[in-house]
Amino acid sequence: MAKKPVITAKEAAAMIPEGATIMCGGFLACGQARAIVKELVASGKGGFTLIANDMARAVGPMGEEFYGIAELIHNNQVKRVIATHVGMTPEVGEKHTAGDLEVFLLPQGTLAECIRADGAGLGGVLTPTGVDTLVEDSPFCLGKQNINGKDYLLMAPIHADVALLGTYKCDESGNCWYKGTMRNFNTVMATAADLVIAETEYVVPVGEIEPENVHTPGICVDYIVEGEKK
Amino acid sequence: MDKSEIKGFIAKRCAKELKNGDVVNLGIGLPTMIPRYLPEGVELVIHAELGIVGAGANPKEGDANYMPYHVTDAGGAPASVAFDGSFADSASNFGLIRGGHVDACFLGALEVDMEGNLANWIIPGKKMPGMGGAMDLCTGAKKCIVCMEHTAKGNPKIFEKCRLPLTAARCVNKIITEMCVLEVTDKGLMMTEINPEFTVEDVKAATACPVLVADDLKSMI
Repeated sequence: MAKKPVITAKEAAAMIPEGATIMCGGFLACGQARAIVKELVASGKGGFTLIANDMARAVGPMGEEFYGIAELIHNNQVKRVIATHVGMTPEVGEKHTAGDLEVFLLPQGTLAECIRADGAGLGGVLTPTGVDTLVEDSPFCLGKQNINGKDYLLMAPIHADVALLGTYKCDESGNCWYKGTMRNFNTVMATAADLVIAETEYVVPVGEIEPENVHTPGICVDYIVEGEKK
Repeated sequence: MDKSEIKGFIAKRCAKELKNGDVVNLGIGLPTMIPRYLPEGVELVIHAELGIVGAGANPKEGDANYMPYHVTDAGGAPASVAFDGSFADSASNFGLIRGGHVDACFLGALEVDMEGNLANWIIPGKKMPGMGGAMDLCTGAKKCIVCMEHTAKGNPKIFEKCRLPLTAARCVNKIITEMCVLEVTDKGLMMTEINPEFTVEDVKAATACPVLVADDLKSMI
């Protein structure tokens, strides 16, 4: 497999245009490409649509000021959010109430599966989650179907311009390995965007991650960024 | 009972629902107290939304497994995996939930009704939290058990029909409060156990829907 270019976080941020739709792996910023996000913040670009489980945290595990994409929200660089839970970032609700931010909420399993569907070439997802709830009014809900006597919602696939992965180890061919709970949405997001950038704590030689243990195949990754070691 | 005694009482009763090896997901707050009250010989497999199948105890700074940047729970706090547990990505992890591989989920409620509908994720017009994994859990877990104080500031939380937006429809199997245990049946809510500190009339007065009383009504204690 060809080696993937290793670039800086700043170079990665420069590839992301104003107004891009960006998938950000991470759950409360665990497993998030935080160095690239910092550079996006510094770039001042805006109008982004963010697709992520949540909008990360205003304070990091060791008291860091801003931890992940919460800073993009804080800096008014985001126009639309597609997420499952935004309760840890009150600014999302405040900006939404003020009319400055569109927010679309989906159940966690549904968001994961809609992204997976896009990356797996499926036309949608049929899930029992959300039947007879506000999810039926979501623009991502295409209708209801009854199969063998049970109701399911038909949910649309979700695609992005860019996916930013937060990995622990990435080898020179782009194969990724996630430590602990870092994996979360990263593995599905790696398959559902036009441009995929894997930020990693350690760039390692090919072979260090055994083929059986690769979580994201290198063919999904376009660029590698070496981030902060934690 | 004061507030913390009430929570402990409810958690203790919830623990009786579980048997050794059950895979359970515990919501925030009161449900996280349930493992303290497990009978001897009952060990659970804790399923966590963030992708831990078999979670361990929350580690403290200085512990060997304290990894606040790599292993966290759904509240962002450092978490751990049991020696025989595993990690999963979100799609696989929620596949386990929807696919019926979680035996029970315990969670609180803003409102619950006699049809087993549950509302616990949003109060329109108030702050915006999001449903997170709650809708999948209530829909997919084999048993959905609501554990909560029977009333909120004296006002009922159990209705004929929920008024708030639902988390999931017809999903609740059992409601456990400091007053009683209610089972959701085709006929409505059936009280199967009562806390002897209260009378059947007390329970009915605190519940905004009809309460059926089991022929063999038992004591919660």
